[in-house]
Amino acid sequence: MSEEPSTEPADPFAGIADDVHRKRLIGQAFVAVCLASTLVGIVALVALVADVLYESWGWVTWEFLTYPPSRFVENYLPGGRGAGIYPALVGSILLIVLTAVFTLFLGVGAAIYLEEYAPDSRLTSFIEANIANLAGVPSIVYGLLGLALFVRAAGLGSSLLAGALTLTLLILPIVIVSAQEAIRAVPDSQRRAAYGVGATDWEVIRDIVLPASLPGIMTGTILALSRAIGETAPILMVGAATSMFVAPVRDGPFGLPVPDFLGPFAAMPMQIFDWARLPQAEFQHVAAAGIVVLLAVLLGMNATAIYIRNRYERQ
Amino acid sequence: MSSADLTRAGSGIDGTKNRLIRYVFFACAAVTVLTTAGIIIVLVEGAVAFFREVSIVEFFTTADWSPIIRPRSYGVLPLIWGTMLIVVGSAIVAIPVGTATAVYLAEYADRRVRKIVKPTLEVLAGIPTIVYGFFALSFITPLLQQFFPETGTFNAAAGAIVVGVMVIPMVSSLSEDAMSAVPDELRQAAYGLGATKYEVSTDVVIPASVSGITAAYILAISRAIGETMAVTLAAGMHPNVTFNPLEPIQTMTAYMVQVGISDVSVGSIGYQSLFAVGITLFAMTLSMNLLSLWVKSRFREEYQ
Repeated sequence: MSEEPSTEPADPFAGIADDVHRKRLIGQAFVAVCLASTLVGIVALVALVADVLYESWGWVTWEFLTYPPSRFVENYLPGGRGAGIYPALVGSILLIVLTAVFTLFLGVGAAIYLEEYAPDSRLTSFIEANIANLAGVPSIVYGLLGLALFVRAAGLGSSLLAGALTLTLLILPIVIVSAQEAIRAVPDSQRRAAYGVGATDWEVIRDIVLPASLPGIMTGTILALSRAIGETAPILMVGAATSMFVAPVRDGPFGLPVPDFLGPFAAMPMQIFDWARLPQAEFQHVAAAGIVVLLAVLLGMNATAIYIRNRYERQ
Repeated sequence: MSSADLTRAGSGIDGTKNRLIRYVFFACAAVTVLTTAGIIIVLVEGAVAFFREVSIVEFFTTADWSPIIRPRSYGVLPLIWGTMLIVVGSAIVAIPVGTATAVYLAEYADRRVRKIVKPTLEVLAGIPTIVYGFFALSFITPLLQQFFPETGTFNAAAGAIVVGVMVIPMVSSLSEDAMSAVPDELRQAAYGLGATKYEVSTDVVIPASVSGITAAYILAISRAIGETMAVTLAAGMHPNVTFNPLEPIQTMTAYMVQVGISDVSVGSIGYQSLFAVGITLFAMTLSMNLLSLWVKSRFREEYQ
């Protein structure tokens, strides 16, 4: 706000008019800069989506979804022998299902403890601070933890189970925080009413708190899982295969296929990474096709979360 | 339990069951603490094994990094340099853009616009980083090559730009929260003195929310340090101390990926170097995260 003294004594208001004019110009320029910056993010998003769609055009076929990968790019083209993302797609889905089971149990359990049981003690605030800190640890460090703890020390090898446990620890902080919010949103009057008719802590949680907070918990968990499905670095460190030619499924009783949680696996982000760094330029299209499948799965998960939230938000 | 306790929680089978359930839930919460302990133990154990073979002075002071290919050398500086190039470059992209976006959303945009733009920007944060890596390779690098023909297929600039785009929502969202928390009385008072909207934004709102904005910057930098797949794909795997952003480099995380996808046998110096680099990375991001928390609490403006 630099004030310049008016240099024209003849008209005392001329300087002010100039000043107002100048300030208005500065104001308009500032809004323009801010608006342009806001557009940068949006334009980048549009460019990214357009680039992926353009590169993948014609490469996402039925064969792409149902065949294993190939070293020869012509197999991916319509009319080729068929090649695609199938083992990694199945691997990613099994990985997420397994991760969902672990995170729901651990995340909701921890949130219930912190909201319903935990005393107002140093230990509790230490746990809370620790959760906040864990959320800022780079995902590749979780990969190192999974490698040393689950793959090596626990002897699980580079298996689906080791991958799922690693991803569970990675998204646990997010799930706990969102579950805590959902539990906190349950009105205290409902708990008191239940205690009033003689319910125990566990009965209050089971019959009052959990049913009321379940939509919120589900929304938060699905959003966290949709983050996990795109994570590459942790499963790479744990040893996800760069290319698998069969899905991680074996024959169970009566010849029915069952998931092989202890065998090697491929997952979509890892497969995309493998395609993207192949030197042949055509594999850019294959990688883009893989990204379209990954983003489609992600979009489906996010849409489910939003649906649950909208459906149960107002009660 | 005292005899006056008339609830069913205190006694008998129900009491035991309730205590047991409580322990189960506590165990779930304890997993998070064990995770932190696990990370630290795993990193320290691996790093100690590494530093038994390699002098810590050599690790932090020499600039030649090649632990898995002969002739071996163990100076981590090129990896730290590469990481810093990405951090500085992405900050140049994300900090001005993110801050100006936050000002627009907090001060200028009406509610309808904000309701659309904010979630749209947050989509950027939800896109897998491998997709950003692909975007850098297939879009940003070719674009750079149009202007600078000497740009390599792998180059630091594309990595920095794409990481910058990735952290824009982090900067804008957290800064906007901080700006929106500035009480309206301060703005009204400034308007009362004849300030323009521009003056209110730059002389009142930004200074009043500077701690929140700074904390957002530091968190974004921490994220850029730990970013992995985008920089591996875009910036390459060449440990390189260079000022030229058009050359390939290697970040700490990209090196870890390189070891992860190569067949390095357990117990070899290459395997151990993973943990030495990992603990360096962890220490850097942890101190950034703590710094961000400290800035936020230390310089918090209190309003009634």
